Amino acid sequence: MTAAAPPAGTQMTILDQVKAAQRRSRISFRFWFIGTWIVLVGALLAALTATGNINLDFIASAGPFIVQGAGITILISVTSIALAVVLALLGALGRLSRNPVINGLASLYVSLVRGTPLLVQIFFVYLALPQLGITLPVIVGGVLALGFNYGAYMTEIFRAGIQAVPRGQREAAQALGMPERLIMIRIVLPQALRIVTPAIGNDFISMIKDSSLVYVLGVQELLWRASTIGRRELASLEALLIAAAIYWVMTIIFSAFQERLERRMARGDR
Amino acid sequence: MNTTVSGRITHPIDTGQLGEPIVRAQGVEKYFGDNHVLRGIDLEVRQREAVMLIGRSGSGKTTFLRCVNFLEEPTVGSIEIDGLRVDADPLHARSRAHQEQMRQIRTRAGMVFQDFNLFPHMTVIDNCIEAPIRVSNVPRAEAVERAEAYLGKVGLAEKRDEYPARLSGGQKQRVAIARALSMEPKVLLFDEPTSALDPELIGEVLRVMEDLAHEGSTMIVVTHEMHFAREAADRVVFLEEGRIIEEGPPEKMLDNPDDDRTRQFLRRFLVSPHPDES
Repeated sequence: MTAAAPPAGTQMTILDQVKAAQRRSRISFRFWFIGTWIVLVGALLAALTATGNINLDFIASAGPFIVQGAGITILISVTSIALAVVLALLGALGRLSRNPVINGLASLYVSLVRGTPLLVQIFFVYLALPQLGITLPVIVGGVLALGFNYGAYMTEIFRAGIQAVPRGQREAAQALGMPERLIMIRIVLPQALRIVTPAIGNDFISMIKDSSLVYVLGVQELLWRASTIGRRELASLEALLIAAAIYWVMTIIFSAFQERLERRMARGDR
Repeated sequence: MNTTVSGRITHPIDTGQLGEPIVRAQGVEKYFGDNHVLRGIDLEVRQREAVMLIGRSGSGKTTFLRCVNFLEEPTVGSIEIDGLRVDADPLHARSRAHQEQMRQIRTRAGMVFQDFNLFPHMTVIDNCIEAPIRVSNVPRAEAVERAEAYLGKVGLAEKRDEYPARLSGGQKQRVAIARALSMEPKVLLFDEPTSALDPELIGEVLRVMEDLAHEGSTMIVVTHEMHFAREAADRVVFLEEGRIIEEGPPEKMLDNPDDDRTRQFLRRFLVSPHPDES
């Protein structure tokens, strides 16, 4: 097989045999792993269909309508997570600030938002703000509520990430005469961002699913479409199955993407 | 007899050719809480002088070195580097004016740490040009040229585009030296630069430092490498319990010190000598 193989080529070296065995075992693992998924999911679907309560015609006709909600779901998730990252960055810097007012403000934000349910916050935007004379387009309201909520949780992630950058990094930058702001921007934050990337990825996956809560605002995202058409056609089971499947597929796709991103960012690690 | 960018000087310089005092520490005291770590240190370092600080762990030598560039704020005393004098001002440590003073004095002192502290998200060359460009406003092309010269000097010109993670400990420390040199500081501070290295990597770092000393770099070195001190030092300073006990030329200090405490300290080294690398 390789140059090091015995001349006759009939006999593999022990090293080649080990490599081949490892390869076989990897392939076999994947085969059984994926097989397990397919069999279990297939069995579940088959069982549901077998009850005779699944309206396949409905799935075919309402499917496209529901799927179109995925675009809005992604739009809301991406915008909200972007807002959350900005808020979290500011929040984390605030939580680490020596200025008591700034620190107090950031801490209040985190405490308040983490201390109340997300659904309450969404209703607040929808029902309470208009009473104060503020009416927002539903998508804007939804994004604000989700972004503020996630921003508070992410503030703590960013804070921990900044604090996880070794002290020596800051000292080395100080010793080079770098001013505090430059140290934060050029030395600490880039390393902190790498530390928190997996956590942000996790939050994004949660966000894809939590974005369904804004259906109460009437935003025509996945869940709104599924529940609306499901109720109208008396096919909620089918409609929700479709919605669930789409959420699931989206998170699987994003997880794969996240894995790749993390591998790429690992470049340069000590 | 000035060092140029390439740092080459034709002859080694002996003590007779030392220049004017360029670093002056006066009455430096440091408390950590109630712990009196430095009990009044006066030290003057002249241009082109290599001063080695020796002493037991806990004697205060590293703390003193970190006070010289205000990585630790002295509780009492003052530091002067190249005409800029900064007084300890622990009550106003966070004031903008004092922060700026500390920053100014740090640009005049390059520091090499025990555990390198290279920036892991930047390549070797970027590590070396970051501060010159953003702190000293050196034009990029010039900063790169300068950094390349210093990387060449530490023997790592071909590693310019590597990330620190791909370097050995000895290489990392040599890059850290090049990074410090790239700011063209008036004095180099070394804080036990070989203590985190595998024994077989110590030699390459000490060789670079020895070259620097012989070429007339002003340096203050905290070290346990007595052979290195003998080769490269103009003056050896022995500290104990936060005070300078004794100082003098290396031959005298290492072979025939006056003070009993110095002798005792050195005896321990002779009993369990460090691996000889130089």
